[in-house]
Amino acid sequence: MSKTSRTIVTMPATAKKGEILEIRIIVQHDMESGFRHTETGQRVPRDIIRDFACTYNGVEVFRVELHPAMGANPLIIFTTVATDTGTLEFKWSGDNGYASSTTSTLTVT
Amino acid sequence: MTIDRRTFVMGAAVASLLPALNAFATVAEGTQAVDKILAGQPAKVGRVTLEIPPLVENGNLVTMKVSVQSPMTEADHVRAIHIVAEGNPLPNIVSFFLSPRAGRAAITTRIRLGDSQRVRAIAQMNDGSFWQGDAATLVTLAACTEV
Repeated sequence: MSKTSRTIVTMPATAKKGEILEIRIIVQHDMESGFRHTETGQRVPRDIIRDFACTYNGVEVFRVELHPAMGANPLIIFTTVATDTGTLEFKWSGDNGYASSTTSTLTVT
Repeated sequence: MTIDRRTFVMGAAVASLLPALNAFATVAEGTQAVDKILAGQPAKVGRVTLEIPPLVENGNLVTMKVSVQSPMTEADHVRAIHIVAEGNPLPNIVSFFLSPRAGRAAITTRIRLGDSQRVRAIAQMNDGSFWQGDAATLVTLAACTEV
């Protein structure tokens, strides 16, 4: 069983070498905390994204461990230095076999 | 031994409070979570800036910005930033792992807050030292209270 969802990555397509890029990533996910109850008093089981990683040309540059206290549709804005032209891969993984990934290409001049 | 009315009322009051106390982490649990991150090392105050609105209307989505003063070079950079809340059911909020390739140690995200509380940010440098910063916030509508 594998689940996936919509992801949005906002980052510049081109950059100068050595420039610091701001990357905004957002992923569609309820981030069910496991502390909520239904109207009949049953606990809604926890279902969250646990891990996010960004790799730049195969090298991991940024990683996040998420806990239930992250808001729904987790948004993270982080930075990386433009080193070479290549692809950035964004990967999320979580409970119940959740997995999402997307790539962006960056041209460095 | 018979239970008089006063004892019964007191007992009932304490019993009714217990689930509420269990649902939220105490300051002690928050400290425990911090101790686990620090692993016996001291955390110096400074270099870490945590920005959270002082008054939060809805605890379900709180914009939080954390930044650490660091040149982010191979010789001196931030290795990890941990965010810990003392008043949430689980004290750990999120952990970021950085490298010199981040260029800048500044991250923005959205978190949930279960109560008015002090949120702490702990940064681990590449030399193993820890720095911390915190922000106090007042939450009007807490997360995790909805049905």
